[in-house]
Amino acid sequence: MFLKQVSVFLENADGRLGSALNVLKNENINIISLSLADTTEFGMLRMIVSDPEKAKTALKSAGLSAHLTDVFAIKLPHVVGSLQSVVETISKAGINIEYMYALSTKDENACIVIKPADKEACAKALEGMKLDFVTDDMIKNF
Amino acid sequence: MNKIWNEAKECMSRDEMSVLQSKRLKKQVDYVYHNVEHYRKKMQSVGLEPGDINGIEDLNKLPYTTKDDLRDTYPFGLFAAPQSEIVRIHASSGTTGKATVVGYTRRDIEIWSECVSRALTMCGLGRNDIVQVAYGYGLFTGGLGAHYGVENLGATVVPMSTGNTKKLITMMKDFGATGIMCTPSYLLHIAETIIENGDLENIKLRAAVCGAEPWTEKMRLQIEEKLHLNCHDIYGLSEIMGPGVACDCELHQGLHIQEDHFLPEIISPETLEPIGENELGELVFTTLTKEGIPLIRYRTKDLTSITRCSCGCGRTTARIARFKGRSDDMLILRGVNVFPSQIEAALLELSETLPHYMIIIDRVNNLDTIEVQVEVEERFFSDEIKELEKLTKRIEGVIKQAIGLAVKVKLVEPKTLDRSEGKSVHVIDHRVFD
Ligand SMILES: [Zn+2]
Repeated sequence: MFLKQVSVFLENADGRLGSALNVLKNENINIISLSLADTTEFGMLRMIVSDPEKAKTALKSAGLSAHLTDVFAIKLPHVVGSLQSVVETISKAGINIEYMYALSTKDENACIVIKPADKEACAKALEGMKLDFVTDDMIKNF
Repeated sequence: MNKIWNEAKECMSRDEMSVLQSKRLKKQVDYVYHNVEHYRKKMQSVGLEPGDINGIEDLNKLPYTTKDDLRDTYPFGLFAAPQSEIVRIHASSGTTGKATVVGYTRRDIEIWSECVSRALTMCGLGRNDIVQVAYGYGLFTGGLGAHYGVENLGATVVPMSTGNTKKLITMMKDFGATGIMCTPSYLLHIAETIIENGDLENIKLRAAVCGAEPWTEKMRLQIEEKLHLNCHDIYGLSEIMGPGVACDCELHQGLHIQEDHFLPEIISPETLEPIGENELGELVFTTLTKEGIPLIRYRTKDLTSITRCSCGCGRTTARIARFKGRSDDMLILRGVNVFPSQIEAALLELSETLPHYMIIIDRVNNLDTIEVQVEVEERFFSDEIKELEKLTKRIEGVIKQAIGLAVKVKLVEPKTLDRSEGKSVHVIDHRVFD
């Protein structure tokens, strides 16, 4: 049900994002989707990549603070209200969504990445919805 | 209660101690005036003669001695005894400039050994103990100073020196060593190795006597907890003697100074005037019985406070508190005296080990700004901005509590801050003072 996301702590300074992306390029790791959240002082780069373990190791050996985080990646049809129903289910279960962003796909469907405060509780809440999850084994050929 | 090595000296009444110190001070001043040209000139320049010093109440008339006096007279200019009487030389390599060289007569070595024996007795060690000395042997006073003290005590000394932790632990087990003398950071490393190897039950250490580098009470307790022993803080500096100038007893309520040999004062590093008991200031020592290189009112630059009330252990000697830093590290920020070590201690409250940090001072619109950069290490990591901001606020909180000033904390990427070996730079001051 889960998908591994690579999270990288970056200082809010010139060239920091570039150097992180450079590491992935040199390791031939494909970035499928990314989101960058930032404050005035620092930023958090969150990425779905073709090989998260390899990405983490490479980023770390380049001196960056990289970690893997479990997130949900859910395929959604392009229909009004499909995202809303997922979000509503999660919030009705009393679970906070820490952040979410879109994941690009090749097929007709949209795809959304969600990081809930409590992933186990969230998995339980979504169980009955018959959703289409993107998981680790699928991401290599995404 | 642990034994007392020299009750006559360590437990004498405060009045008796003042009389003894006065008598010895008078003699020491007379001795340096007649044997050290540098001191004679220094005293003459302020119109002082040995006859003007009649006791410790006159101490304030004497000029201070600093490390510069030692450098200016390199190598032997401050020696009061002729070379034929000097039996040993030690030297410390300063971070800047020439080494400071000190010389000892046979009697100096005897007194030094006596002081270390007193310290070891305070730590509960005696002739039935086997003590590993894992300070460096050589020009540094730690190794040989500790070594002679252990021998004088009548215990068995194992001169390990530094560098081979594996051999040290093997011998610790095989010999059944009950005492160890080394730097606290090295002992923590030794402790971790012992625990990793599952050797804890095979060691018999009862007491550790640590010093020669700044450390915290938290580290002392960590050592005690890891190794199940009593860990003591021994203090000394080569200019005055070496390790053994002061040490804490089993009550750990400050370090007892061997006051019959070293006369302590606390002064304000700004006004250079003596300050009262229990107030933080710079520690100053006057040697009272030294022959090789006697020093008058030597400014140690170490910051501490002093108390003269008697201790539960029975000793009456003055005690100094754990060091708060160095006066040459002192920062004056918005009129408040701040020591980097205070910020360090606050950061230590966050977790077991110290995160890498840097203090950046600037002045914006006539107001000092303080930024503390802290590396985001594994244990601090979160991929949520909210958590990182919470961490920032928490660090700001503990530092503010420690120094009484608001600071700005900035999280930085790991391994971006300076990690040079030895004395790492923790403060960058961008302020310009005209
Ligand atoms: Zn005591």
